[in-house]
Amino acid sequence: MAGYRELLEQTRSEIAEIDARGARELPSALWVDVRESDEWQEGHIPGAKHVPRGNLESRIETTAPDKAAPIVLYCSAGNRSVFAAKTLGELGYADVYSLVGGFTDWKRNGYDIAVPRVLSPERRTRYSRHTLIPEIGEEGQLRLLDSRILLIGAGGLGSPASLYLAAAGVGTLGIVDADIVDETNLQRQVAHSLETLGAPKVDSAKRAINALNPDVDVRTYRERLTSENVDRILDEGWDVIVDGADNFPTRYLVNDASVWHDIPVVHGSIYRFEGQVTVFKPQVGPCYRCLFPEPPPPELAPSCAEGGVLGVLPGIVGSLQTNEALKLALGIGEPLIGRLLLFDALATDFSEVRIERRSDCPVCGEQPTITDYIDYVEFCAAR
Amino acid sequence: MTVVRVPPVLRQEAGGAREVEAAGSTVRELLEDLERRLPALGARVYTEGEIQPFVNVYVDGEDVRTRGGLETPVREGATVILLPAMAGGR
Repeated sequence: MAGYRELLEQTRSEIAEIDARGARELPSALWVDVRESDEWQEGHIPGAKHVPRGNLESRIETTAPDKAAPIVLYCSAGNRSVFAAKTLGELGYADVYSLVGGFTDWKRNGYDIAVPRVLSPERRTRYSRHTLIPEIGEEGQLRLLDSRILLIGAGGLGSPASLYLAAAGVGTLGIVDADIVDETNLQRQVAHSLETLGAPKVDSAKRAINALNPDVDVRTYRERLTSENVDRILDEGWDVIVDGADNFPTRYLVNDASVWHDIPVVHGSIYRFEGQVTVFKPQVGPCYRCLFPEPPPPELAPSCAEGGVLGVLPGIVGSLQTNEALKLALGIGEPLIGRLLLFDALATDFSEVRIERRSDCPVCGEQPTITDYIDYVEFCAAR
Repeated sequence: MTVVRVPPVLRQEAGGAREVEAAGSTVRELLEDLERRLPALGARVYTEGEIQPFVNVYVDGEDVRTRGGLETPVREGATVILLPAMAGGR
């Protein structure tokens, strides 16, 4: 009975081996990595297919249907691939090689390697309820981890949005807010707490986000969004803006800036028992000015601080915004583009109205008349 | 009669009502009837024969400005929504 060494050398003599230089010169060879999944995840030869040796017989014909084409098998050191090559020969593959020295020598020679993007075991567990969904999967979760979402406001709408976006594993969250946490916020702004009373809302929200999910890189902007700072903040590059501002000048500013920076905005607004949600995607659907070319006069534009708001309402509307933001980041579903969703908490009624792009829109229309930032406070006060 | 939904910021002008009724086969007739019944509400939405620029009027989910404006027909049983912008987020 032969031992392992004898069997290896015996098998080696029955198959063809090739070194890295020779293998690289083989025209149109299929490279197959026969190592285990954890080895593959740490890096592999670019363009190789992964078929662990344990599954070789059952899977190779799907991976390599042409039994006449050259195949280079490799493992870590060039031993397992020897046995794999023998198996392929027995399966009728005619032109099979085992890579001498395997992946270890490949790396040592300084050839390129590819590190596959996969979730770490910790992340695979954390996001398993996402990755189980076919529309998301591991690829979608990686996409979320690469996403950058900017929240305007860390208040009623920004609180649930920031927490759910963080829980979902959105990799970078920016938060713009100049306020500090006070007692009247705690009736609804669930990202803040008694422990952060008096702290800047951006810091309080960051703390809540990091307590929930340390994967998230939180960028804080403790400032009010203005014509002066908006380009600096948007230039950092964002996939989606979640607008939870509390005043008209900021709403119009966010709109104009988002059109010029070509960033979709998930808009939400709330008052007492009622909320509105929509998505403004520049050049695809209408913008905020298409919907509301003019702000109402101040007496018809009370804030929640003046008129009140049911505590759970921003939870509902902010969650709907989060749903839209996640869909945009993932590129799935039907976002609320050109559709304004109206929610009435007292009646528990959702209704929808259509928003059309205006060809005469001063910002996103055919011949824009507003092409640079204006004085938004004056624009909104002049009505 | 047509049911007209009143936004929260205009409910004071409608005596607190969330919905009011008005009659008319076009948006113009409807708003003129609304003005007669509830002058304060009517004035907020419709003045000098025009819809106020900061208010959107939807008939069955369509913005009348993108349809026939004041001449947009209002069918029996239609839903009419008056909607000024809301800014609250906090």
